[in-house]
Amino acid sequence: MSISETIKCDLAVIGTGMAGMSAALFAANRGVSVVQIGRPKGILLASGLLDLMGVHPVQENRSWNDPWAAMDALCRDLPEHPYSRLKKEDILSAFGELLPFLHNAGLPYCRRVEQNAKIITSLGTVKTTYCVPKTMWNGVLALENQPKGLIVDFFGLKDFSAGRIVATLRERWPELRAVRVFFPGNAGGKELLAGEITAQVLETSESRMKLAQEIKPHIRDARVIGMPSICGMRNPDEVLSELEKEIGIPLFEIPTIPPSVPGLRLKEAFEVGLQAIGVRQFLQEQVLTVNRGDNSELILHLDTKGRKVVVQSQGVILASGRFMGGGLYASRRGIRETLFNLPVFQPGDRKDWHRKELLDSRGHPANQAGLETDDLFRPLNEAGRPAFETLFAAGSILAHQDWMRMKCGSGLAVSTAYASVNAFSKTKEQFK
Amino acid sequence: MTDLETQVLIIGGGATGTGLARDLALRGVQCILAEKMDINAGASGGNHGLLHSGARYVSNDTVSAMECREEGELLKRLAPQCIEETGGLFVAVEGDDENFIADFPLMCAKCSIPVQELTPEEALDMEPVLSGNLIAAFALEDASVDPFRLSLENVAHARSLGTRLLRYAPVVGFDLKQDRIQSVRLFDKQLGKERAVSADLVVNATGAWAGDIAALAGIPVHVLYSKGTLLITSQRITERVINRLRPPSDADILVPGGTVSILGTTSLRIPSLETIGPTVEEVDRIIEEGAAMVPILEEARYIRAYAGVRPLVQIESQGDDRSVSRGFTIFDHSHDGLDNFVTITGGKLTTYRLMAERTADMICHKLGVSAPCLTGTVPLPGTQVSGWSYPGLSPKEYMKSNNPEDVLLCECEMVPKSVVDSIAASIREQGGSPSFEAVALRSRLGKGSCQGTFCSIRTDAHMIDKGDINPDQGLNHLRKFLNERWKGQRPILWDGQLVRAEFLEALHCGLFDLER
Ligand SMILES: Cc1cc2nc3c(=O)[nH]c(=O)nc-3n(C[C@H](O)[C@H](O)[C@H](O)COP(=O)(O)OP(=O)(O)OC[C@H]3O[C@@H](n4cnc5c(N)ncnc54)[C@H](O)[C@@H]3O)c2cc1C
Ligand SMILES: Cc1cc2nc3c(=O)[nH]c(=O)nc-3n(C[C@H](O)[C@H](O)[C@H](O)COP(=O)(O)OP(=O)(O)OC[C@H]3O[C@@H](n4cnc5c(N)ncnc54)[C@H](O)[C@@H]3O)c2cc1C
Repeated sequence: MSISETIKCDLAVIGTGMAGMSAALFAANRGVSVVQIGRPKGILLASGLLDLMGVHPVQENRSWNDPWAAMDALCRDLPEHPYSRLKKEDILSAFGELLPFLHNAGLPYCRRVEQNAKIITSLGTVKTTYCVPKTMWNGVLALENQPKGLIVDFFGLKDFSAGRIVATLRERWPELRAVRVFFPGNAGGKELLAGEITAQVLETSESRMKLAQEIKPHIRDARVIGMPSICGMRNPDEVLSELEKEIGIPLFEIPTIPPSVPGLRLKEAFEVGLQAIGVRQFLQEQVLTVNRGDNSELILHLDTKGRKVVVQSQGVILASGRFMGGGLYASRRGIRETLFNLPVFQPGDRKDWHRKELLDSRGHPANQAGLETDDLFRPLNEAGRPAFETLFAAGSILAHQDWMRMKCGSGLAVSTAYASVNAFSKTKEQFK
Repeated sequence: MTDLETQVLIIGGGATGTGLARDLALRGVQCILAEKMDINAGASGGNHGLLHSGARYVSNDTVSAMECREEGELLKRLAPQCIEETGGLFVAVEGDDENFIADFPLMCAKCSIPVQELTPEEALDMEPVLSGNLIAAFALEDASVDPFRLSLENVAHARSLGTRLLRYAPVVGFDLKQDRIQSVRLFDKQLGKERAVSADLVVNATGAWAGDIAALAGIPVHVLYSKGTLLITSQRITERVINRLRPPSDADILVPGGTVSILGTTSLRIPSLETIGPTVEEVDRIIEEGAAMVPILEEARYIRAYAGVRPLVQIESQGDDRSVSRGFTIFDHSHDGLDNFVTITGGKLTTYRLMAERTADMICHKLGVSAPCLTGTVPLPGTQVSGWSYPGLSPKEYMKSNNPEDVLLCECEMVPKSVVDSIAASIREQGGSPSFEAVALRSRLGKGSCQGTFCSIRTDAHMIDKGDINPDQGLNHLRKFLNERWKGQRPILWDGQLVRAEFLEALHCGLFDLER
């Protein structure tokens, strides 16, 4: 097949998860021309919460109020963790750049800069996170003060049970009640998914009024109401505050199981926002292979159906995730990196990959597998040297971290993306 | 302080104990069946599900071979709802022992086992996934059996005839007086207290645990433990049971059942019953061996591994390893000084009915009951509820019912709310209280490809809403369920299953913070 399009750019970002999206943003903001490739699946599955650093040491399951203090302790105890290569100012700047971007794209977040937030999940458990969508912030406050409250769910919605939430929280928040009502347009209580279609229903004022009428008789002495996160796809905060007006007391959304509306909103916000600042995105494509060109540029071959697209870039940020994302692949014999065949740090034998219990707080050794890098986040080759001068890695593909246990997923993705972009800019200067 | 009385107390709710309960009930003997956990918690829930034609044993155990043949034929007639008559092939590949192959039809004939020789081409026509290296093939009458349905229906029938079932009631001790067991102490986990049962006769039908139970009564029964591991594929690989044509060895049987196939097994001597999990090493060996018969097993997707333990009984006087019996053994412990105590252990799922019959004969003789065994003639009544454990049944029923409000709780295995409700109702009817675990055991929940990621949450929520789970009990049953399913996932986590496991962990730890 003949080449039908060659695109030249400064930086190619492989991956459209939290790390890839952030990298594309930071690069575009610095005037770097960016092509981004990947099917956005990871971000769709995210909860919408942005963790920074919540738990350390994991074997004690110790949860921290102050993410920065947690990070200090982590870097002391586990100097190989990617956070050890980052400075607090840089992480702050990264969030300082990301949050306004999301806000402008219609998705405001709330946080306290120096403090983690505790949020109720749809199981009624309490999770430590950092930034939460504004639509969930009332929930963070309510959990701190435990006023009389009401959790609402809907007939036909199988992934969310107000009764479960109230039951789990019984000790921590005794004055919480559950109620089940009919969702507008679903008087029959047919199966309802907490997805896009349901969320869009609440974008009309008529449905909001109907829902308010359903809920109101149950409010009684409640001062705050929690509900599944389905308050609109676009401008959810407006939708929520309109609904609050109808109902008369503060509302908050509770994250639901993926693929959830907050994940979809995040994906939308990134896609629209990044295209607006000139990032060229290939969201249906994958990178098939990469090779080095004559002038040390990297040449990416995409799997575009029908025509062939080649991207020629000076640098690449590899944000292809782990097993779910597709950046790592495990066979019975070992774990490998899928695009560059980079060496992967991993436990020696498959029998050591996972612990006997899924929920072992120490986490599974396989979770620590991934790419090892230098201080500039360049993955190392077998000889322990950067595999390519201008190849950087960001996000969950990095070794020596366990975002699921440490509650550092998005924070790690955002801040290593930031550091990779800065490192790329620096090396680019050197080439000039 | 005896609070329960009965003619016969049966300890152990596997195929043998449940089969015995039905046999005795049909003879009018009043029984209590006490099970440590739930029905089929032991080997009966951790086996291959092969209803043997007997051919597997023709070379080394002709008694077992003939028993299997007779019992297999009988069960196909009397319990057809538990059996899929798949037929079976025995195949040999290049390198397999030619003398064994040549003798095989003769050995089958000696045990009256019907066998039909096929050319390798004919075999490949019937099962195109077989290896291209076939050198011999025979067709036999092997079949697959759903052990859960079998045991649950035995219990259901026994209960309808008056047997009392105590689940979650491990036997913890015996009170002896001279040459009798006066009462048996068991710990009722649902009531949270010890209970005493006095019985005219006590039967130890605890399979691999038979030695432990006998020891509680001060009687030595020497049991060696042989662990076997099995792998479930995500799709059905063959229509028929495939056996490797060689003396019994590792990973030489592939048994289809509903929408999946089961590959196994290994035979590993283990020192104790504490850790009966499948291991990574066993899984690798099973796949390598299995791929010699059916090469696509090398690349197939596996959704779960599990293990069971075969008790190998050592007869005291003979002592050495070769005297270990692979058939079943019934001990009348009057020879050890206890007149009302009997142990039945060993054997096969295929011969459970025969084992029950022989044991019941001995018991009835001791009790002076003259009623004959009826399980060889009376069909096993089918109940709908006990069928939900069979792979592929739930989807079929769901498609048929087509009720939009009957929301699916498990999408992989298509288990709707109504199935969970009917299981909960039947547990309640039987005097138990429904629990998350009990529903999971009786259905395909968590047994599909998502490994319980979603259905665990949905079923919990649904049962809370229905009042079938006490809201005060927290989330520990969910943790337990996930950890339990994990045992079977851990050894097969590569390729797609590792991706799913990562998602499972992202949700349950990353988001829900369930780790401990
Ligand atoms: C169930 C769930 C719950 C979560 N909950 C939280 C939470 O509560 N808080 C939080 O902070 N984070 C949460 N996360 C998100 C998590 O933090 C991120 O998924 C994680 O940080 C990984 O991000 P990533 O960008 O490194 O990788 P991924 O999100 O896995 O993205 C990898 C990307 O690379 C692409 N890719 C791979 N190979 C190629 C290729 N060859 N060519 C092109 N593209 C390729 C993929 O298509 C994908 O877009 C959750 C995620 C999940 C799945
Ligand atoms: C890996 C493997 C594969 C097999 N494949 C086949 C096959 O394909 N075909 C075939 O015909 N046979 C097969 N078998 C054999 C068959 O599974 C067993 O023969 C049969 O299930 C034994 O049933 P059982 O009731 O005697 O024992 P079990 O099913 O082990 O039952 C014993 C019960 O006793 C209970 N118990 C233990 N301690 C106590 C206590 N203190 N109080 C109360 N209860 C207690 C246990 O919880 C358990 O439920 C296989 C066995 C194994 C291990």
